[in-house]
Amino acid sequence: MNTLSFRRKAIDTGMRWAFCLCAFLVILPLFMIFFDLVSKGAKELQWSLLTNLPRPVGEEGGGIANGILGSFVITLLTMIWSVPIAVMCGIYLAEYGKGRLASAVRFTVDSLAGVPSIIMGIFGYTLVVLPMKRFSAWAGAAALTMIFVPIVARTTEDMLRTVSQPVREAALALGIERWKTTLYIVLRTAQAGILTGILLAMARILGETAPLLFTILGNQFWQTRLDQPTAAMPLQVFSYAISPYKEWHDKAWAAALVLITLVLFINIGARRLTREKR
Amino acid sequence: MNNVFEIRDLSGWFGDNQVLKNIHMDIAQYTVTSVMGPSGCGKSTFIRCLNRMHDMTPGFRTTGEILFDGVNINSEAIDPVTLRRKVGMVFQQPNPFPRMSVFENVAVGLRLNGKNWSRNGLAEVVEKSLGMAALWEEVKDKLDSPGVSLSGGQQQRLCIARALAVEPEVLLMDEPCSALDPVSTAKIEELIEVLREKYTIVVVTHNMQQAARISNNVAFFLLGELIEMDKSGKIFTNPSDKRTEEYITGRFG
Repeated sequence: MNTLSFRRKAIDTGMRWAFCLCAFLVILPLFMIFFDLVSKGAKELQWSLLTNLPRPVGEEGGGIANGILGSFVITLLTMIWSVPIAVMCGIYLAEYGKGRLASAVRFTVDSLAGVPSIIMGIFGYTLVVLPMKRFSAWAGAAALTMIFVPIVARTTEDMLRTVSQPVREAALALGIERWKTTLYIVLRTAQAGILTGILLAMARILGETAPLLFTILGNQFWQTRLDQPTAAMPLQVFSYAISPYKEWHDKAWAAALVLITLVLFINIGARRLTREKR
Repeated sequence: MNNVFEIRDLSGWFGDNQVLKNIHMDIAQYTVTSVMGPSGCGKSTFIRCLNRMHDMTPGFRTTGEILFDGVNINSEAIDPVTLRRKVGMVFQQPNPFPRMSVFENVAVGLRLNGKNWSRNGLAEVVEKSLGMAALWEEVKDKLDSPGVSLSGGQQQRLCIARALAVEPEVLLMDEPCSALDPVSTAKIEELIEVLREKYTIVVVTHNMQQAARISNNVAFFLLGELIEMDKSGKIFTNPSDKRTEEYITGRFG
């Protein structure tokens, strides 16, 4: 009897440690990445990195300013049309879609979310770069849209499903039309969760590199035209990192540090929003 | 007396399952009608037919007629949205809109009903509606706090105020007190007493004492059938049907 209860307790304790250990293993890489980046990138992390254009090897003070601008521009461009399309697709799935058609749409959206991002780059290349005969911010945004929309559409659907049926009924019982109920009552009830999803997806596309390789190409200058090759932070990290020069490697580390810090801040902001809801 | 609702041979089905059987009922203006019966007898299903809330339920269908002010509400001529503005509803669980203040909860029906309201006009209606729901004194200093921050009983009166704000003719109440404590229940019952002067009220309840206290007429439902409907005094003292008698004397249900 005693040995049995000892065994039972031992297994219980052992399992608890196993769960804790796995949880620790999961979060460990983030800290390792962050500390690695800080230790290797901190020395190049100076104001000029954020404000200067890239400079040739050997010249001091080159930066990633055009990449920051470029990332900002293509992210904004992507979101201008992606947010309404994705949210409305989510509304369709949660509020209107019924039966096989809705299941088919949901399955397609899920599959789209699982397509490797390099394929999205090729897609942007075929669809926009080839007809326009040039690399451009438009092409980059087209590729990023394919990554952004499925994520946000599914988050919107999930968040709308958390809104209880009585809320919808209460609105309809007041004689509020279905579409107004959906947009002004149900969407509003779920807004914090949806906004969180949008921010997380934004952080995701901010860090995407592969889809940009074939679409915006990258450049070394200030570029404000949307139909020209454009720079982006992750691309600059990539090109600095594959160069043969030590000082450029340092810049890659620093630029990566800037990128991950930005993404972390967006994620923290997104978490804040969800917490406010509760 | 004028009949607001005249229900003729109403039957209802969820798929193949018949839940309402040939119901015949008149509901007179400015009366309180209690719909009473054991769980699952179809009483909620019945009043949800009166404002076409079942439109949202896949697989639900009805036959027969429900005349509201003389017009069949299931006919093409009637738009459910217009109907619901005249036939308001209060639900079993208090359900104020989660991310809206007390003020917005009451004002939202008007705001979204298409007309352009001035801030002052809205404020007037909100005060009047909260007043009618006997809630104004308790919330006048916290109109901007979230509706869900109120107590359960206050939330239910907020829902009543919200329904009254769009000026319906009829108020349907689906077990409005079953989630509330006795004090809040008493308040809602007092409120119904007052509201009957201006509104026609249909209340679903499985509480017989409540039905006796608040209603002019009582309808007794059993397994989807309307067993009998009569003056409240008559039903509780001298029911015509044996099944009604058995129910109110507690022999089943």
